[in-house]
Amino acid sequence: MSAIVQNLLGPGWPWVRLLLYLAGIGAFVGANAAYLVLAERKIAGRIQRRPGPNEAGFGGWMQPFADVGKLFAKQMMIPPGTDRLLYCLAPLMVMAPPLICLTVIPYGENLVARNVDVGLLLVFSFGSINVMALMLAGWASRNKFAIISSARVVSQNVAYEIPMLLVVITLLMATGTLNLNEIVGQQGGWFWNWNFFRVWVNPLMPVTFVIFFICMLAETNRAPFDMAEAESELVAGAFTEYGGMGFGVFFMAEYANIVVGCSIATVLFFGGWQSPFVVLSGPVFGPLWFMVKLYALVFTVMWVRWTFPRTQFYNLLNLSWKILIPISLFTLLLTGAMMKLPLLLHHLF
Amino acid sequence: MIAQKEAPPAGPSGGAPQETFVLNLGPQHPAAHGVLRILMTMDGEWITRAEPVIGYIHRMHEKMGENRTWAKFLPNTSRIDYLSAMHYTHAFVGAVERAAKIEVPARAEYIRVITSELNRIASHMVWWGALLSDLGGLTPFLYAFDDRELILDLFEGICGARLTYCYYRFGGLCNDVDDDFLKGARAFVKHMPPRLKMYRDLVTDNIILRKRLTGIGPISADMCRRYGATGPVIRGAGVAYDVRKVEPYSAYPQFDFKIPVYPECDSMARYLVRMDEMEQSLRIVEQALDSLPAGPVMGKVPRVLKLPPGDYSYAVEAARGRFMVRIVSDGKDIPYRVRLRTPSFSNLSLFEEASRGMILPDALAMLGSLDLVIPDIDR
Repeated sequence: MSAIVQNLLGPGWPWVRLLLYLAGIGAFVGANAAYLVLAERKIAGRIQRRPGPNEAGFGGWMQPFADVGKLFAKQMMIPPGTDRLLYCLAPLMVMAPPLICLTVIPYGENLVARNVDVGLLLVFSFGSINVMALMLAGWASRNKFAIISSARVVSQNVAYEIPMLLVVITLLMATGTLNLNEIVGQQGGWFWNWNFFRVWVNPLMPVTFVIFFICMLAETNRAPFDMAEAESELVAGAFTEYGGMGFGVFFMAEYANIVVGCSIATVLFFGGWQSPFVVLSGPVFGPLWFMVKLYALVFTVMWVRWTFPRTQFYNLLNLSWKILIPISLFTLLLTGAMMKLPLLLHHLF
Repeated sequence: MIAQKEAPPAGPSGGAPQETFVLNLGPQHPAAHGVLRILMTMDGEWITRAEPVIGYIHRMHEKMGENRTWAKFLPNTSRIDYLSAMHYTHAFVGAVERAAKIEVPARAEYIRVITSELNRIASHMVWWGALLSDLGGLTPFLYAFDDRELILDLFEGICGARLTYCYYRFGGLCNDVDDDFLKGARAFVKHMPPRLKMYRDLVTDNIILRKRLTGIGPISADMCRRYGATGPVIRGAGVAYDVRKVEPYSAYPQFDFKIPVYPECDSMARYLVRMDEMEQSLRIVEQALDSLPAGPVMGKVPRVLKLPPGDYSYAVEAARGRFMVRIVSDGKDIPYRVRLRTPSFSNLSLFEEASRGMILPDALAMLGSLDLVIPDIDR
């Protein structure tokens, strides 16, 4: 049996592997988007002392299906005067990048769709397409709220891409590879080998994670940085004119982006599929550990959303340009200095 | 389609004219809390001019007052500002009592004070939740309603209504309070301070909230005076103007309480004024419960009420500021004129001047800090 599977997944049958992973990632994204929405509503309910959705199915477990059914039943309306092509293209463009990013994320030791050597680069280059999709959605819908929203999205994402990439470069200096599987491989053993705890590489490692997390919230337009969809200011921002499944796709993409962002954080800082205690690792427990870490981070994202008020737009930009970028530049320099210091000392003495 | 071509205003520092657009905020907008419509002339996200358009739920309360008897107008008063219905009924009842020289028993006055102050807390809780949801924090709203619910349950017990109470009558109250109410009010006075401390720790001291409100939306005492803004708006501008102290009415002179004043003039000052006011209201309720006199709750009132001809007015400190009822009687059993001076109307009218040059999120935060109730503006 395993020989057949090996044969199917082996080098002779690359397309089977590809198809399997396509179906797998599609199912993973779909299930995540559906049930993370439910989880978010349940968590919001828990934080707000109310039960949350509990009518459809046992304890509300059928709620995602009810939601999707409702969204599909709605008429897909294109308001007059919109740029039809861009209006229809934007939901596709916002959904495609997270799907592509998920192909390179290692869920387990051998569980990765494409083990690309420049995986991290691929994730960040496709991740930034998201901005353009939101901008197009706002621009194409011919709505003043949407236009304001797209202007905000662009300046917000430009501002937060910089500290995020600086943090990633800091990590790359420590890891020396862009291959996500290798980055995870380096963090084996006990949990203090995770990049988050590697204070001997850079004493500010936990700070870099916090910067990464803040930037991830801003990049995925999550509260308290949800400038694109600030409902009390811009109604629904760039999505104001979208209805039915067009809106549903934006909604799904938001959660898919959160999953991608948290997966990257897990891989870069929390040792991906590595067990924290050496024991209970391997091909079965590896993906489980990955999921535990991933959903702990996803939960934090939701927790933050239902706890804090929204930042003001200019404070948001100030936070990036005046605080996050200087700190991340400093950590970058510090890591470089700490890596080169032994060499320098060796030369001098 | 976006740019407004006619008469572009000059750019900052007299530079080239810039293109602006008109953003129609409302009457259906999440931040409008009802049917307020604001036409904003925007330069990007900067507001060059904001023109409030009101009247979407104008219900002719003043005109209705002129064609029904004094008593029949009573239910209208709790529908003007439905969030502080007790205060509004108090003002109308007070004006009629002043005109007809009706003596109100001490117990009734004390209970009026207790219910008015509880109503103030309930109203401020709604404002607090609504302001925070304007700022994007949706959770405090449900906590605020949790506390408000306790007050509404108490009111339901004494007058049967949860929102439009109509509990005060000429000469007293429609019902005496029972032991359940007194016990419940005492329990509430115990329950609230820890909650207020929790709100202070979790929300007021939150850095994002501080950044959103501190220094934002300055409204000076001078501007308040020019537009007639009262209540927490003028007290947040450093003026200790409170009708309960300035024109004492009912049993208020017998209680010891402070008027919270903050001189910073910004949204945070108005926020803190209201938060402190809730503590003071609790103090008043506690004192009134401790010294509640026994006796009847209804004075002697003539069966057919005809006021002597004249011009009478009575002001109360409602949750949003000074509410005054002015009644003109020509000796008949229906009023000649009922004039309602509502605080939200004045508080909104300064929005145009105060919001000039602000950016949209800040202007909406300031709008939230004004605590508008749209039916109170339109009435």
